[in-house]
Amino acid sequence: MRIIIMGCGRVGAGLAKALVQEGHQVTVVDADGASFARLGHDFPGALVVGTGIDEEVLRRAGIEQADAFVAVTNWDNTNVMAAQVAREIFGVRRVVCRVYDPGREEFYRALGLETICPTLWGVNRIREILGG
Amino acid sequence: MYIIVVGGGKVGYYLAKSLLEQGHEVLVIEQDPRRCATLADELGASVLRGDGCEVATMAEAGMGRAGLVIAVTGGDEDNLVVCQVARHKFSVGRTIARINNPKNERIFRRLGIDVTVSSTEVILSQIEQAIPAQSLAHLLTLRGVGVSFVELEVPAASPAVGRPLRDLGVPDDCVFPLVIRGGKTAIIPYGDTVLEPGDQVIAVTSEASEETLRHILYGPQAGSQPSVSG
Repeated sequence: MRIIIMGCGRVGAGLAKALVQEGHQVTVVDADGASFARLGHDFPGALVVGTGIDEEVLRRAGIEQADAFVAVTNWDNTNVMAAQVAREIFGVRRVVCRVYDPGREEFYRALGLETICPTLWGVNRIREILGG
Repeated sequence: MYIIVVGGGKVGYYLAKSLLEQGHEVLVIEQDPRRCATLADELGASVLRGDGCEVATMAEAGMGRAGLVIAVTGGDEDNLVVCQVARHKFSVGRTIARINNPKNERIFRRLGIDVTVSSTEVILSQIEQAIPAQSLAHLLTLRGVGVSFVELEVPAASPAVGRPLRDLGVPDDCVFPLVIRGGKTAIIPYGDTVLEPGDQVIAVTSEASEETLRHILYGPQAGSQPSVSG
């Protein structure tokens, strides 16, 4: 699959490295070029510096040919906007976005986005561990 | 009307001030505590300190009874989220978003935001009108049908000068309803009308023919438009 990952933090970089190992063609987009250091010097995928809510940046990253788009910057609103642009404007089939705020996550899930909320996962997992 | 303004920067401040003067009930949502204090002290506006993109803050602001929500933060993505949540979660009838990147206007429209305001776009169109040479000022754009009313000024060196309009090769989806000569005489042109240097030509054209129109009036070297037209 051709996969674009927006946001090269710990999750974005970790995901990118795992996906290239599985043989996927990965492009990583981040507004801060220094964050690509997390990928290591031998990362075989493509790197694009820019914000993922800019149509031109997404085009440069090859969104028109992408099979999947993952939005994992640290900003919920950037993620949900980029995810909607990928889905509605460019028609990318698989789009996943991370939303920290449970309220917004629930809202955008109801609107049809595929979202993940690490906050809720953390809360529920800790409750489980505590035997709650 | 109860109006919620999200973002208490300069735009939010003056907007809230004007709306209060018009007699509206206004609430400003702003994150920065110092801006909140300024807004409350100077405007007497109701101010809620918080993240206007959070559902809980919106509920606290009474978004459900707002007749209008205006998102004027400096981040296009934040303004998008405010408007989407206001509209779909709180059923606000009307939302207005400020956009900073003019290219986001199309995206916002596709994502269901009724009205967008782009200060960048407003300034660009002012520049277009201030620099008529070689440019094509958009007077009015009918988005739904892809047609624009534009204004062009005929330069002295225009290849169109001295030839009747019918010989200029104007595309079928482009017409000239009006030519203004010497800044005061209005001419309704026909096929045998001959353009003179300095004429202001008002044209109705499809978006696709704008480039051809520019070539006809400014010559082929005008092919790449100065960046002011965006």
